[in-house]
Amino acid sequence: MILLVLILLIGFSAAAYWAGRRLARRRAAGTRAHSSLGYHGAYVLLWAAIPALVVLILMAVFSTGIQYQLLLADAPEAIRALDPMRQGAFWYDVLTVADGGTPQQIWAGPQAELLQSEAQRAARIGGLMTLGGAVAAVLAGLIGLGLALRRVAPQFRARNRVEGWIAAFLFVCSAIAILTTLGIIASLLFESLRFFQSVSPLEFLFGTQWSPQIAIRADQVGQTGGFGAAPLFVGTFLIMMIAMLVAGPIGLFSAIYLSEYAGPRQRAIIKPVLEILAGVPTVVYGFFAALTVGPALRGFFNGVGAQLAGGPLDSLGQYLMLVQNQMALVAGGVMGIMLIPFVSSLSDDIINAVPQSLRDGSYAMGATKSETVKRVLLPAALPGIAGAFLLAVSRAIGETMIVTMAAGLAARMTLNPLDTVTTVTVQIVTLLTGDQEFNSPKTLAAFGLGLTLFIVTLGLNIIAQQIVQRYREQYD
Amino acid sequence: MTDAALPPAVAPARPATAAIQKRLKARYAREKRFRAYGLIAIGIAVLFLAVLLGSIVKQGYSAFYTHAVTAEVYLDPAVIDASNPGGANYDQLIASQQLAELGVADDERGTRSTAMRALFSPDAGFGLRERVIEDPSLIGQTIEFTAPIGDDADLYFKDDISRDTPQAQRRLSDEQLAWLDRMEQSGAVTSGFNSDFFTRGDSTQPELAGVLGAVIGSALMLLVTGLLAIPIGVGAAVYLEEFARKNRITAFIEVNINNLAAVPSIVYGLLGLAVFINWMHLPRASPLVGGLVLALMSLPTIIIATRSALKAVPPSIREAALAMGASRTQSVFHHVLPLAMPGVMTGAILAMAHALGETAPLLLIGMVSFTPGIPEGLTSPSGALPVLVYIWENASERAFHERTAAAILVLLAFMIVMNLVAIVLRRRFERRW
Repeated sequence: MILLVLILLIGFSAAAYWAGRRLARRRAAGTRAHSSLGYHGAYVLLWAAIPALVVLILMAVFSTGIQYQLLLADAPEAIRALDPMRQGAFWYDVLTVADGGTPQQIWAGPQAELLQSEAQRAARIGGLMTLGGAVAAVLAGLIGLGLALRRVAPQFRARNRVEGWIAAFLFVCSAIAILTTLGIIASLLFESLRFFQSVSPLEFLFGTQWSPQIAIRADQVGQTGGFGAAPLFVGTFLIMMIAMLVAGPIGLFSAIYLSEYAGPRQRAIIKPVLEILAGVPTVVYGFFAALTVGPALRGFFNGVGAQLAGGPLDSLGQYLMLVQNQMALVAGGVMGIMLIPFVSSLSDDIINAVPQSLRDGSYAMGATKSETVKRVLLPAALPGIAGAFLLAVSRAIGETMIVTMAAGLAARMTLNPLDTVTTVTVQIVTLLTGDQEFNSPKTLAAFGLGLTLFIVTLGLNIIAQQIVQRYREQYD
Repeated sequence: MTDAALPPAVAPARPATAAIQKRLKARYAREKRFRAYGLIAIGIAVLFLAVLLGSIVKQGYSAFYTHAVTAEVYLDPAVIDASNPGGANYDQLIASQQLAELGVADDERGTRSTAMRALFSPDAGFGLRERVIEDPSLIGQTIEFTAPIGDDADLYFKDDISRDTPQAQRRLSDEQLAWLDRMEQSGAVTSGFNSDFFTRGDSTQPELAGVLGAVIGSALMLLVTGLLAIPIGVGAAVYLEEFARKNRITAFIEVNINNLAAVPSIVYGLLGLAVFINWMHLPRASPLVGGLVLALMSLPTIIIATRSALKAVPPSIREAALAMGASRTQSVFHHVLPLAMPGVMTGAILAMAHALGETAPLLLIGMVSFTPGIPEGLTSPSGALPVLVYIWENASERAFHERTAAAILVLLAFMIVMNLVAIVLRRRFERRW
């Protein structure tokens, strides 16, 4: 269906192009036209295809909604009497049957008969709308074509018009970036507001009890206090700190070595290797953390615990023997490995941006390379490196797969790296991958968490970019 | 500076020399240590990479070969009803005949034949059933069949299940292992390349699960992503770099794009769920929605890469075109953009490779649900390669473990190919001005 429409549209556009070209050639016979023939053709094409396309898109977007409203407007009494959930399911099945599918649920008695008759009505409405849409699209295309053909003339500035269209198209492309941001903000805000109607924001941000699994029934919300996200924030913070403790020093020292010590040949080998580390998908890191690092560390700590148990450190030994695969240290450590190339390439750029004159000055005073790095380059690059670290922090907070696969689900307020913790992103995934009614507070809570995550990472990014920007300006 | 301030021309042997020497030595030692720290840091990073890749290859290579069993079965007319050949229990038929061949008697409750059935893939009975339905004249004959061996039996032949573990802790009993040994001695068990892994969709049975469905799902998704994100991204970059006047609106768009590039991918998943699925009612878990989400996600990366490629084209090209009477649009589309194309394509391919490995947003738009078979189109439910890794990693069967690692290897292979294409493009066509 879509393919057929597309082929027809392309054929129509091609015909419009040739019509425009030929008409331009005929009307310009003998004289010198302002624009070349191709631009006249393209102008006619645009005026023929775009109105038709707009009508088709409008139809595709709104036809289902209009069809649904028409069905609802004349709904039989027997269906209106059902409770809203059942009504929704009924209409869903009506539309499925109208499309030639089999109903999802079993309907008994009068509803079964109504299902068939309503499905026929739905199919009739749908057919009429498709026909109407097709006629409207053809009419729009023809009217556009006619208007455009009338304007074709030697003096007509077809090229400028076409270029105007191209510029407009390019502007729309860049406006999509803004639309995306608006879409993110609107969808997060809208769903979060509905969530905050049942759970107060204060309780959400500072409450210490996170148990959304209990609050399946709507009347439990707010009474169990199950939506306090503080343990998630603590867990996210803990894993982020562990990741930064791994990625920070290793990334920074790699960057220093790469920019100050390594020759071009060493750089040519080391940089691609680090890029491979950066290119590995996060789900692979998650697999690595869950099935290789987790069991290994657990075995290590259990072994240490077995040594300590029975001795003076008995309680610690007993504790270590109970350490699980899913601990903050595993997720944080592997996330740190993932962030090494990110920190090192950003820091490398920043250290390289420090003017050579500062290095030369320091060497001239007799300083060694390491002294130059420690006393001159790092202080000069400090703001930039801080910005790079903030970007890495925002990455760590938003990272999802590693923590989903390796961090666990227990919401605990702890800073112990050997404990199982959970994070904001893990909970978003858990809340939204279960079988849940979309409007339940449980799913809406995920949008509340998403909004928090978005605001925090956005804030970190803006601060980091400003720092890096100001730092660049200082040396440009 | 006066002469008086200068030290004497010929310095007497200073008593401090030893101290200076010592300090110098310490300074050089510090220098060496500092350099070593850098090398160690890089060494750790490289070591991590080696351990990561090594562990995955070690865990995953065994999934690329598998064991099949070839045996004869007598299609007993007493068991198979000729009028309803689909109704018979073919798994049981195979198992009881295998038991008889090994000279083992089944007990009353059928525990032995159940244990024997566990050694075969359900595909054995399934394939037999199809053959009989297709050709009912086979009933009463003895035919040979080849089928994948059960997942646990496969693991035993791969030495993943050891006799040393106590019987209660392993999936196969001593009796079953003895049967397997005898079947192997009789030559019924053959090992070979695991082609099912590349020609089947996902399945709940590890020995029948393959990556093809997920590969096609990922390919369809990347198709949507590429068709949307590359033209729109290049268009936006051309506008910002070549057309836009420097004013507040363009500055705002720029800040916006930079921030979008750093938004966590899971937020795009939330956006896709709220907008594409709940508001526009596009089909859940379809490559269409997945592609749309990934397109929005990779748009900023493509815009940034394209802009830097356009910036690298020297202004003289634009000026020459304008001087020859070309309009601004003509100078951009006939001269600047073609020259920037290698850089643009490199950036676009790298963005696609990144989108291929992205998992989190796809989980939120419903791809985490089990989708057997091969996706049929853009709107039918489908899997994706990274999501398959996530699903298999959570599976309880031991045999999915090696397949998860193998699926990762397939994913990495695709990413390596894409990255190589990008590198080759950059090497061959990049021009330095």
